[in-house]
Amino acid sequence: MTLPLIIYRSLRQHALSTVVTAGSIALACGLLMCVWMVKTQSQTAFTQTTTGFDAVLGARGSKLQLVLNAIFHLEASPGNLAYADYEAIKRHPAVKAAIPIAVGDNLRGYRLVGTVPELFEQVEYSPGRKFVLQAGGKLFRPDAKEAVVGAFAAERLRLKVGSTFRPFHGLAFDPKSEHTDAYVVTGILAQTNTPTDRVIWIPLRGIQTMSGHDARTATDVSAVLVQLRTASAGFMLDLMYNKQGNRLTLAYPVGAIIAELFSKISWFDQVLALVAYLVALVAAGSVLTSIYNSMSARGRDLAILRALGAQRRTIFGAVVAEAACIGLLGAAAGYVIYFALVTGVAGVIRAQTGVVLNVMAQHPVMWLCPLAMIALCALGGIVPAFKAYRTPVAETLAPVS
Amino acid sequence: MLNIFELKKSFVSPDGERVEILHVPAFTLGAGELLALRGESGSGKTTFLNLIAGILAADTGRVTIEGAEMTALSEPGRDRLRAAKLGYIFQAFNLLQGYTVLENVVLGMAFGPRGADRAHARAMLERVGLGHRLDHFPGQLSSGQQQRVAVARALVNRPKLVLADEPTGNLDRKHARESLALIGEVCREHGAALLLVSHNEETLGHFEQRSDFADINRALNETAK
Repeated sequence: MTLPLIIYRSLRQHALSTVVTAGSIALACGLLMCVWMVKTQSQTAFTQTTTGFDAVLGARGSKLQLVLNAIFHLEASPGNLAYADYEAIKRHPAVKAAIPIAVGDNLRGYRLVGTVPELFEQVEYSPGRKFVLQAGGKLFRPDAKEAVVGAFAAERLRLKVGSTFRPFHGLAFDPKSEHTDAYVVTGILAQTNTPTDRVIWIPLRGIQTMSGHDARTATDVSAVLVQLRTASAGFMLDLMYNKQGNRLTLAYPVGAIIAELFSKISWFDQVLALVAYLVALVAAGSVLTSIYNSMSARGRDLAILRALGAQRRTIFGAVVAEAACIGLLGAAAGYVIYFALVTGVAGVIRAQTGVVLNVMAQHPVMWLCPLAMIALCALGGIVPAFKAYRTPVAETLAPVS
Repeated sequence: MLNIFELKKSFVSPDGERVEILHVPAFTLGAGELLALRGESGSGKTTFLNLIAGILAADTGRVTIEGAEMTALSEPGRDRLRAAKLGYIFQAFNLLQGYTVLENVVLGMAFGPRGADRAHARAMLERVGLGHRLDHFPGQLSSGQQQRVAVARALVNRPKLVLADEPTGNLDRKHARESLALIGEVCREHGAALLLVSHNEETLGHFEQRSDFADINRALNETAK
């Protein structure tokens, strides 16, 4: 009871510096956990986001660009491919399903993607899960100016079944480039937590024949999303399109291509982690400084405790434990900062890509980081504890009578 | 109960010279005895009490409390003996300002062999008339009340010896009288011996047994020569 009492009273007496120091530790702890979790979670989420497809076939170019464009609906298309190429891969015996997509228009920044109804009828966007329309909705007809809207895009654009809109040309929103074609929303997709949620889906013909589009490319598609019958089929098609052919590119496997992207930007994670480590070190230093600076004011209290029979090691332990307690308070508050930060970051990632991070995911960093911060703070407490240890009782207590 | 033999303490002066400020050839205090020592400021009274309490280490000599030789112990041993057998009332009260009255008294016994006993600490505070101020902080009390907290803290651990260093130095005459009466009463109730040092004649007058510190501390006489 004695040690907790001494620690509690000391923390109360120096409440302001306790709060400020614990705050800096909370920031360091929250930041460290956030950097780590966003890094691991985004890597996991992005590499697992295939929306149910094994490969993407597109114009000759970067595989990464192809995947970002066709699966994540980011980046520009590397080019078009002829409808015959789509039909060819669709007929290939190794291919289970092939879904063409066409891009090139948007509605206030949200991408319009032309496709065929089979995408929603046949494809499982993740194992055992097919696209579902919210109540009252139905799929677009292939030859009508109708649209099915992803849940996130519908929410942001306030589109409902029956709403009408005019698309804008290009992938970036430009108010001056409105098309004359008017589309009516026939369905809103239930949330899938995939990039699909950010897309406005219209019939393939809609993009191909949109007013103002080049009539010469009216039958082209931007990419073909491919489901394979077996994993080995992917290597066979890879050989066929990428090694033997020189006109088209097959991006396979989708997850590995995204993983490559993460390995390319791993230096950025390292910079972020380094910054977080430095913040942690500064926080531990602030524990040391704040307790050390308060030692002069606390000298009398420590001398009184010594006069009452407290041993030097008790005083030393109390100061180290106090530093550890500041670390503990900071670590606890760090969880609050972590959840605030990671929720914000996850919100931005979701808004930008449609990919949803699991902010509640378990990871060793969630307990290792707070423990390390507490240990670091206790370490920072050793210097002031040594000063406390050496407090001269008789000189500190009273003037000689 | 308290036996002192050839106790010496010196300090190094600012000009580097070693000055002996205390030399007590022999001193004895019996169990339950209440003794007041008269001494001028700067006569080494506080040093004498600090040596008995083991707060300072003697250069040479022996201090024995109930058979335990304080001067032969290591510092942690002296801390343990002090916590177990001594109570100390300081001139400036030396209460912990950030702790409640009850906590101050609890800490008076926390480092001893019995450990912290809040119920006993509460009873002790009721005994000195502060049962209604348990959760107050020292700064919220009058000087007289703070002195009573210091008395309760010194006696809460049922010490065999209570050391009091100018215990009324910060009190007015009325409170000083009350405080001295309380110290005497509580020591008698607990069978504790009391060694009080003061330069104030009125304070000393409260005790039947009195002595001059100059007669005990030979270093003073040697300096005077």
